[in-house]
Formats: sequence, structure tokens, C-alpha cells
Amino acid sequence: MVYIGAHNIISPLGFSSKENFKAVLEDKTALAKRKFDFSESTFCCAKIDPKKLDEEFSMIGNVLEYTSLEKMSILSIKDVIDQSGVDLSNKNTLLILSTTKGNIDVLENPSDQFAEERAYLSSFTKKISGFFNCANASMTVSNACISGLLAIIMGKRLIESQQYENIIICGADLVTEFTLSGFKSFNALSEEPCKPFDANRTGINLGEAASSVLLSRNKVSNIIISAGASANDANHISGPSRTGEGLYEAISKILEEKKPDFISAHGTATEFNDEMESVAFHRTDLTDVPVNSLKGYYGHTLGAAGLLETVLSLQSLAENQLIPSKGFETQGVTHHLNIIQTSKKQPLHSFMKTASGFGGCNAAAIFEKI
Amino acid sequence: MEEAITSYCHIKNNSVSVNGKVFFQDQHEDPSAFLSALYKKLELNYPKFFKMDKLCKLGILATELLVRNTSDFENFDKKETALIFSNHSSSLESDRAHVKTIRDKQNYFPSPSVFVYTLPNIVVGEIAIKYKITGENAFFISDAFDPVLMHNYTSLLLQSGSASVALCGWVNADGNELEAFVYCVKKGNFKNEENAFEKSHQSKIINQLYTE
Repeated sequence: MVYIGAHNIISPLGFSSKENFKAVLEDKTALAKRKFDFSESTFCCAKIDPKKLDEEFSMIGNVLEYTSLEKMSILSIKDVIDQSGVDLSNKNTLLILSTTKGNIDVLENPSDQFAEERAYLSSFTKKISGFFNCANASMTVSNACISGLLAIIMGKRLIESQQYENIIICGADLVTEFTLSGFKSFNALSEEPCKPFDANRTGINLGEAASSVLLSRNKVSNIIISAGASANDANHISGPSRTGEGLYEAISKILEEKKPDFISAHGTATEFNDEMESVAFHRTDLTDVPVNSLKGYYGHTLGAAGLLETVLSLQSLAENQLIPSKGFETQGVTHHLNIIQTSKKQPLHSFMKTASGFGGCNAAAIFEKI
Repeated sequence: MEEAITSYCHIKNNSVSVNGKVFFQDQHEDPSAFLSALYKKLELNYPKFFKMDKLCKLGILATELLVRNTSDFENFDKKETALIFSNHSSSLESDRAHVKTIRDKQNYFPSPSVFVYTLPNIVVGEIAIKYKITGENAFFISDAFDPVLMHNYTSLLLQSGSASVALCGWVNADGNELEAFVYCVKKGNFKNEENAFEKSHQSKIINQLYTE
């Protein structure tokens, strides 16, 4: 069995899982309209306060030596280590990093402090592994927006094969001009806070975060990751399959007779993504299961999303309290979903997390109490 | 159950080889011209190819060669075929191209046709589309080709029944450097099968084939 232990979220809503869960239940959002020096337009997105990041990081390292993304990731991993006592310099422990763009800000603005070399994902990985004196070469996963969830599924498989006792998985991505301008060119950005699964949804918001979780073969909690799988649509590189093929496949591979108590969906709030998810949930007979998207609180945090959303759902499971799907008002997908609208307490035994991304990739995993 | 590497392909230094035999050489110094020459040589009729970035072109051509040299590819269960890829430079070629479009505020032209390639796993998506492969996906970033990681994860998927076949490899495009090494791994009993090339799936053998 693969148990899920300590976890962390570094986001604009707080620097620990607890702070983040509390903020979300208080209906706070990290999303705000911001001006950037590169554009006349405002962007509705979620950015971490760089001053706060440096303040926190200065207690454990030299702020000038690390990029923003490295500082977020290190703080996140460090919190998991402090909570669990797991040692990355132990041969039985592995670190897996998940990111789509890594230190992409360095590629946009190389400087004396950080040369272009730092934009290579392996440089990012080396810096983080170096900080923690990792005994094993860290694994780096870059698989678009399923990266975080896929990294968790990979971690489960590696622990099951008896290769490691403990694995810490950290996902992180930034909001920069690179991603903002790119998604804007796709007409995918919403100027207002996003409205996943809503009839009036107008697109995504980008967000930045780092989030980490411990997987262990030891009974570090009463929650296990019971199943996980990925599948490809083989349909389009930047649009989801209209029939939800890949997500349907990924869910079908792991779904058991007993349905999960809730689903943490991908729910980016684009027209096509949310529609595709409704089709896949319909095909797997899950439209009656309570479902949320957490993008209304954080925006789309890309390589961190699968981790951040899993960590919030783990707390939801542990506290027996559903998290409302922020931004939702009116059914806006073909197959109506049971969207969670109030943070009611009820006994929860299991949940399913799903994710889909560019390149036609999809992933799904089930977490449950034992 | 045994696992075997049933075919492999190299594209490197303007040279292409399949199962260790040179298939094509070309003196084009420009990587894009080289890729176009290989596309012509393969007589591949796939117009989407011309929209792709170098990384995807490289991945598609290497996979095409692999598939053509895998006699029973048509019989693969595509739902059980995993795509496990890795590289060093992620999508930096396209990342740089996208940065060019946003650097100058007087000449600002970010484009979805460039931005869409700014993820390393897009090449996996392109391969999935062309060959209708819908199984497990993975894209790892390593400092250099890592036969231990590749063998380990591929084997996990095959042993756990998450896949019955895997197309694996290294596809890297960075400036003038192009390098692809792709190979096919199958699960099963091979003793009675006639195959010109077949090796046991082990990290040291993967490394031998890679460094050939």
C-alpha cells in the first residue's frame, strides 16, 4: 500500500496546507486583476508576493542564490520534511519534481545573477536536489498540465515496486509574461475570475504555486493512493477530444464498482475542456458524484495543479468537508454535473482527482481512507 | 514474463540508423534542412509535419522509422501501448522562438502556432495522433539520456499490466544539436519468434544500443 503523508502548499493564499485549506473554506481567492510592465492590459491571475517569499526563504537559505521558482519549491519540500522527518539524503528516499516551464522567467530576462543556462529544467532540478543533499538523482516530470498528478501516479508505482521507502513529490510553476502572452494568443484567458463548468465561463486564469506531498510505504496516515492511470486522446495537440476519449480511458482503468465520494476535476473554465470533462464523466456514469474545480481559488497553476488540488482534496477528505466549486452558478455543460456549491460536512471515504493537458494527455487517480 | 527490445533507431550527427544499420546520411548542416531531407527520403505524406517544431519533427521521423521496422506494429493494442520519452532541453527551441515574439514591445506578435510547442510532451501528443496510440504517457527531463530511469519506468508499466508494449526514447533538439534514440519494448515469450533483431530489455543493453 502507498500511504499519503505530510503535504504543503505555497500559494498567494498561504505557505502551508492548513492556511490554504482555511482560506478556501472562507471563500478567499488568490485571483486578482494585475498590471504588468509588459502590457497595457490587466491580467486576472494569482501571483505570490515576492517580498513574502524572500522573507520566508531568508530563514533557510540565501535569497540571491535561488530563483523564485526554486525558493517556492524548496520552501514547500522543506515543510514536508519538517513535518515528516523524512531525509532526502537517505538512499531509500526519492524526490520527484513536476513543472511545465521551470525557471522560464530566466529565459525571458537572463541576468548576471541567473544566466540562460538556468532555464534548463535539469538546472532547476540540480539546484533543488543540491539544497537537500539528495542521495538519489531526482526525477523531473514535464508532461503539461497533468505533470503533478502523473508524478503522484509515478511515485505510487515506484513505491509499489519496493524501490523506495519514501518519495517526496513537488510541483511548481510561475506566472510570467511567457505564459500570459501565450495563453492570451490562444484567446484562452478570462479577464474576470474564472467560472469552471458555468454557462458563462470565458476561459482560464493563470496562477503560481508550489505544492508537495509525501508518499510512503509506511503507515504515515490513514489515506492511501489506491489507483492511478494516464491515457492519451490521440486527437489534437491543443484541444481536448470531443468525446473525452483519453479522460474516459484513464478513469475507466481505475474506477471500481463503488463510486468515489467526490471528484476534484481539472475544470479550467475553457469552453472545450469543461465540456469534454462532462462527456467523460457521463460516459463513466459519474455525473451524480459531487465534483469541484479549484481553479476559481488559484487559477491554473500548470505543473503544480495536480499536486495543489490533490493536497486540498486530501484535507477535504480528512476533515469530511466538501470544498465548493468557486465561480459556478449555472449549469453550462451538456451533461449536468453535481457541482459542489456549499462547504457542507459529510462523511467522506474517497475521492478521484483528474487532470488533462496539451498534447492530449489525461490522468486520473483515486485516494481513499483505510 | 520476459521483456525484449524489438527494434531501435538513432538519428544523430546527420546520420540515421535502424537496428544498428545506417539507413540515411545527409550533409545538410542546418537541422531543419536535414529533417526535411529525411522526410523526403521516407516519402512520408503527412502535411501536419510542416507545422511542427524541430523537436516534434524529430520525434515523428524517428518513430516512423521504428514503426516501419516493427513487423507487427499494426497488431499492437494501441490502448495498451505506452509512450515514454525524455530529453535534456525540454521545449527550449520553441520557448526561445516564443520569447522572440514578445521581447520587442514595438513588434509584439505572440502566436498560438508557436506557443503550442512550448511543452516537451507535445512530441508525445504528435506521435499519439499519427500512430493512434492512446496508452500511458510520460515525459522525463534528464541531464543526459538515463537508461536506468527509462528501463525502470518502462518495466514498471509492463510488469503491472499498465501497458503491453512501449515506445520509448530520447528526443532532443537544441540549436544545431539534434538527437533521437527511440526503441520498442514488448512483453512476451520470444523464443519461437523470428526476428532479425531482438535484445533483452535491460538498462545496460539500452545503454549499449544508445552509445552505438
